Amino acid sequence: MLKKLFIIIFSGLILTSCAGQKNVTGGGSIAAGSQEDLIVNVGDRVFFEYDSFEITVDGQSTLDAQIAWLNQYSEVDITIEGHADERGTREYNLALGAKRANTVYNYLMDAGIANTRMNTVSFGKERPEVVGSTDSAWSQNRRSVTTVTK
Amino acid sequence: MLCYFLQIMKKQFSLILFAIFFSSNVFAALEVTISQGKVEPTPIAITDFFGSSDKAIKGGETLREIISNNLSNSGLFYTVDEDLYIQSDNLVDKIPRFEDWKIIKAQFLLSGDVKYSNNTYTVRIRLYDVFAGQEIKAVKMSIPNLELIRRLGHKISDLVYERITGERGYFDTRIVYISEVGPLNQRVKRLAIMDQDGHPNSHQFLTNGKNLVLTPRFAPNNQTITYMEYENNIPRVYIYNLKTGVREIVGDFPGMTFAPRFSPDSQKIVMSFSDPKTANTEIYLMDLNTRTIERLTNDPGIDTSPSFSPDGKKIVFNSDRAGYPQLYIMDANGKNIKRISRGKGVYGNPVWSPRGDQIAFTKLTQKLFHIGIMDITGLNERVVVKDFSLESPAWSPNGRYLIYHRQNRSKEDGTGGQTSIHFIDITGFNERKIQTPRDGSDPAWSPLL
Repeated sequence: MLKKLFIIIFSGLILTSCAGQKNVTGGGSIAAGSQEDLIVNVGDRVFFEYDSFEITVDGQSTLDAQIAWLNQYSEVDITIEGHADERGTREYNLALGAKRANTVYNYLMDAGIANTRMNTVSFGKERPEVVGSTDSAWSQNRRSVTTVTK
Repeated sequence: MLCYFLQIMKKQFSLILFAIFFSSNVFAALEVTISQGKVEPTPIAITDFFGSSDKAIKGGETLREIISNNLSNSGLFYTVDEDLYIQSDNLVDKIPRFEDWKIIKAQFLLSGDVKYSNNTYTVRIRLYDVFAGQEIKAVKMSIPNLELIRRLGHKISDLVYERITGERGYFDTRIVYISEVGPLNQRVKRLAIMDQDGHPNSHQFLTNGKNLVLTPRFAPNNQTITYMEYENNIPRVYIYNLKTGVREIVGDFPGMTFAPRFSPDSQKIVMSFSDPKTANTEIYLMDLNTRTIERLTNDPGIDTSPSFSPDGKKIVFNSDRAGYPQLYIMDANGKNIKRISRGKGVYGNPVWSPRGDQIAFTKLTQKLFHIGIMDITGLNERVVVKDFSLESPAWSPNGRYLIYHRQNRSKEDGTGGQTSIHFIDITGFNERKIQTPRDGSDPAWSPLL
C-alpha cells in the first residue's frame, strides 16, 4: 500500500513538474526497468473517452512505447489496471474498467508481449487519479495504468 | 376476550412475544396508497411507559423514545407534544378519558408499562383509537436482558404501524452498508451494519478495512450477506455469515466476479463475471448447494447489476447491448430478454421491489443522477429524488421506502466528495439522512427480522 501511495505521489510530482517538457532523461536516481522509469520515460497510462474502451491515437503511441520498453526489459511483469470516472454506477464501471484493461492487454499481446507477463484488474471508479468533480478530472480518471509487478 | 399466544424463537435472540388481546371490532385503517401524493402525518399520543422500579422506568423511557422516533421517521405519524397531555395516568389497565385526547387532536393513543423482575423485562402496551373511543391492540412482551430493548422497541413500532396503516412494518430490520473514510483516491472501505434507524448503539463494523469491499446485500433469510472484496487485488464475490463472522468465496471463477444478489430463496447468487480473456461481462447464476454455475446472458455488451423478482421467476439487469446502459428483464434462465427502460439517459442499478410490481433504478441525465421507479413494463417512470450523485437504491421490506447514498461534488484540492445514506418515501417526500459514524455508501436493507 505504501509503495503504491509513493508511486501515485511520485507520478503526481512528475506530471506537475514536467508539464511542457516531454522528453526527460532518466537521470541517475531512476532504476532502469522500474515503475518510475516507465512513468518518466514511456508513460504508464492511456486515457479513454466517456463510456468507451477504444484506444485513441494518443493511447496507441503510448502503448507502442510500452511495447518497446517491455521488450527491452523482458524480465518485467505487469498488471494493467482499468479505471473509470465517477459518472457511472459502481457495478457498470467495474465492467467498463475491465474492458479498458483488457483492450490494453490485447493490444500488448498482439504486439508479442507474452500473456504470462501480464495481469489485469479493474478498479471501476474506486481509485481516481485526480480528485474533483470536473470534466478535466474525469478525463484523467478514465484510464488504464500499467504497473510493474516484478 | 380473544387470547393469543405467540412465541418467536430466533437462534440469535430469544424474543418472546405474548399478544394477549386483539380487538375484533371492525376498524377503518388509515388509507395509505403509494400512488397518492404526500400523506399528512397522523397524530399519535404516546404516554410515559410507567415502570415499577428504576430499571423498569429507564427501560420504559428507552422504549418510548425508540417508538416515537420510528413512527415519526416513517413520515406517516407525528407524536403529539407531551406537554399538551391532560391525562397523565397509566392507561394500560384503565380506559382513557378519550375527550382529553380528542381535545389535543391525538387520533391514536399508545400507553405502556414495564416490569422488571427475575432478570426479565415485561412490557405491556395498549393502543387506542381516540375518535372511535376504543382499544385496537393490546400486547404483552418479555425480553431476557436490556440488550434486546432496541429490538423490542422496533417490534412494538411495527405492531403499531401495521395496526394503523394496514401495511407490513419495517422497523425491526437492519441496514448493511460500506463505511468510508480517508482521501478520495485511497478510500478505506469497511462492511458495517446497524439498525434501520442508524442508532449508534446498534452500529458494528464487520471488516477491518484492509481490503476494499463493495456492494453488500442481505440474503432474504437474513443469515448471510453477499458482497465484493479485493483480496490481493483480485476482486471477487464473497458471502459473509452474520452469525459466525466467517467469509467464504463464491465460485471458482478465473476473473473478476461482482454485482452479487441472492435469489428469493437464499439458495442462489446471481452476479456478473468478467472473463479475463475477453473482458466480456455476463450474468451468471450459482447454486450455493450444488455449486453449479449457469451462464444467463451471452452478448458482447456489458451485462451487470442483476436483481431477482420476489417470485424468483425473472431477473432485471443493466446492459449496454443497445449502445448505452439500459434496463432489461429476462426469465430466471436467461430467456426472453426484453428492454424495459425507454427514457433518455443512462440507466443503472435496477432493483426489483418486494411487492413485485416496480423497479427502482438510477438514471444519469442532464448531468444529474436521478433515483426513480417504474412499473416492470417500463411504464410510469417517476423520479423519486435527483442530485449530483445518487446511487444504490434499496427497498424497505414493505416496499414503501428506499434508501440510497448520495455523494457530494469533490474539488481538486481533495475536499468534498462526502458520501451519506438517505431514506425517502417513494412518493418523493420525507427524505431523511441516516446518521453513520463515518461516510456511508452502498446501503442494503435486511428483510423483517
